[in-house]
Amino acid sequence: MAVIGIDIGSRSIERVVWDQATGAWTWDKVPTTFDPLTQCRKLLADADGCPVVATGYGRALVAEHFAELSVRTITEIQAYARGVHHLVPEARTVVDIGGQDTKVIALSPQGAVVKFEMNDRCAAGTGKFLEFMATSLQIPLDSFGDFALEADKQVAINSMCTVFAESEATSLMARGERPQNIAMALHRAIVRRTLAMLRRVGGESPVVFAGGVAHNRCVCRLLSEALGGDVIVPPDPDVLGALGAALAGAGP
Amino acid sequence: MTASHEAMWERLGLDLEAHASLLEVLGKFYGDIYLSQQGRLRGMEYLDFVLSEIHGLRIRELDEARAQGRKVVGTFCVFVPEEIVWAADAIQVGLCAGAEAGTEAAEKILPRNTCALIKSFVGFKLARLCPFTELCDMVVGETTCDGKKKAYETFSDYAPVYVMEIPQMKRSEDRALWKAEVLRFKQAVEDLTGRSITAENLREAIGLMNRRRRVLQRLNRLRAAHPVPISGRDALLINQVSFYDDPERFTQKIHDLCDELEEKVRRGKGVADGAVRVMLSGCPMAVPNWKLPYIVESSGAVVVGEESCIGTRNTRDLVDEGGTTLEEMLDAIVDRYLKIDCACFTPNQERLEHIVDMARALDVQGVIHYGLSFCQPYAMESFKVEKALRDAGIPMLAIETDYSMEDVEQLKTRVEAFVEMIR
Ligand code: SF4
Ligand code: SF4
Repeated sequence: MAVIGIDIGSRSIERVVWDQATGAWTWDKVPTTFDPLTQCRKLLADADGCPVVATGYGRALVAEHFAELSVRTITEIQAYARGVHHLVPEARTVVDIGGQDTKVIALSPQGAVVKFEMNDRCAAGTGKFLEFMATSLQIPLDSFGDFALEADKQVAINSMCTVFAESEATSLMARGERPQNIAMALHRAIVRRTLAMLRRVGGESPVVFAGGVAHNRCVCRLLSEALGGDVIVPPDPDVLGALGAALAGAGP
Repeated sequence: MTASHEAMWERLGLDLEAHASLLEVLGKFYGDIYLSQQGRLRGMEYLDFVLSEIHGLRIRELDEARAQGRKVVGTFCVFVPEEIVWAADAIQVGLCAGAEAGTEAAEKILPRNTCALIKSFVGFKLARLCPFTELCDMVVGETTCDGKKKAYETFSDYAPVYVMEIPQMKRSEDRALWKAEVLRFKQAVEDLTGRSITAENLREAIGLMNRRRRVLQRLNRLRAAHPVPISGRDALLINQVSFYDDPERFTQKIHDLCDELEEKVRRGKGVADGAVRVMLSGCPMAVPNWKLPYIVESSGAVVVGEESCIGTRNTRDLVDEGGTTLEEMLDAIVDRYLKIDCACFTPNQERLEHIVDMARALDVQGVIHYGLSFCQPYAMESFKVEKALRDAGIPMLAIETDYSMEDVEQLKTRVEAFVEMIR
């Protein structure tokens, strides 16, 4: 039988369908939009009978509105831990930078969560930060990382607060600084923040980088430079939460 | 209760409109967090009643007591020796400071980055929301954290503040200072009430306070049973109410409740099947600050103890009852209060030991350390607490928050993830 894992994030919703018999899985992804419930309905339309495990900040929404299905919820922390452990069994640390949360999770050799850190309520150091800055530099979010990699000079942005960092960026622009260099400085800010969280959980390697922001090549490069090259970015890094949820539905 | 008490509130100078909306929010909050629970003890009806009349009947009692010449003393810290107040036939109430209302007013005279507890007591006064504060003939401040210490200076423009100096260390010189302060306080209370404190009335007061501590100790022992027979929220509420209810009546009512609890434990009935046992540790949670316990208990865990001033820090130690002379009794009081392991002390090793011992004795699977944002003493200690617990093999989650509701979802994720981790 199939098991469905669904991860309702602030930017996108991912679904993984896991075949218990073969271990094969497929995934889908839709934007969250302002109406996540309708989006979930689409993804769960053919779920009849399968166990569903929901994760992500909208997990309770699914549990509440799909009472006809058997929905269980787990947190993103548990979901990412499971998903990562499945794909990269040797992983000891997970860095997950998503749309509005950054999480760093320490795993035991058996893949259990032993410690975790999450950003505070503000958006500093999350995908939201990059999104906001990309908009203010008028660069499409998808190519923001590549744009930053064109930097030719190191400039500093000290603030990790979205609002203050933007005003630092604006004043650098006013001084005629190349936007690529400013973009790089913003990427460095987010990585600095992540490294601080990594240190708090111990940050043992191998480190797996997952979540939507793992698509950003600049963040990947900076993170792996800071950690001495030891960062694994799995293909489709943003579906690991949904995968982990599906695995939780299948396994113990 | 509103209609019958309005004239009294008006006389006390409350802002009736703002006060009415505060009570409405409080009532709604209480309904969601407390009354929605299944299978509560019958004895909790008393607490429900006391809480529903928090600004009503209890205030009327205090008001009437004052009309007969008794004095009301308000406090913010468990360091203020209650025995002295009761010995002089005055009434002590803890001024709760657990709500967000009034924050705006408070931020006009306090920096924004002040802990929520301090903002709350100042805000309640400025916004004229708290009848307890208005009734106080004396408000006792103390030199504990810097935030409170400085806030009392400002607060004294609005209320009759008396400040006790609390030492920051526990050497013999500090004990001498503390003793001098207890004696100075005794004098101040005698001056306020016009009554002298004697061996006789002090002995009685020591007995009264110890009886209240003992019943709370009894509650703590009973709630630690497997399965857990009472929710952490209910137990916290009982501790909170102990700060302003009449001590004699409270002690009696809670003994009745404990009898019922004992019976429930005997029958092996629990309130949260399969829930993970956790303990809270850290800053005080004053009425109506039920935010974290509620989040924890809706995330698959149950709270079996609070290492906090509204919890075991206030009830663990009794005053020695062996003294016969006034001098001996005062010494016993001085010693008992100096055992308080508040994070304002340095060093404060005993707190770490207490936490580990308590976590073991309560057989918890994890500890959640609760810090109010901008509370430096407890934030600093949370690192040490985590290390002490780690060495003992007990996982800890550190939470820092305030009274606002905007981070509830975020906290829920953290707490749920912690519960998943320790399950
Ligand atoms: S935490 Fe310290 S300062 Fe605060 S009430 Fe307790 S003893 Fe007093
Ligand atoms: S919670 Fe911390 S900062 Fe606030 S009053 Fe108590 S000791 Fe001071």
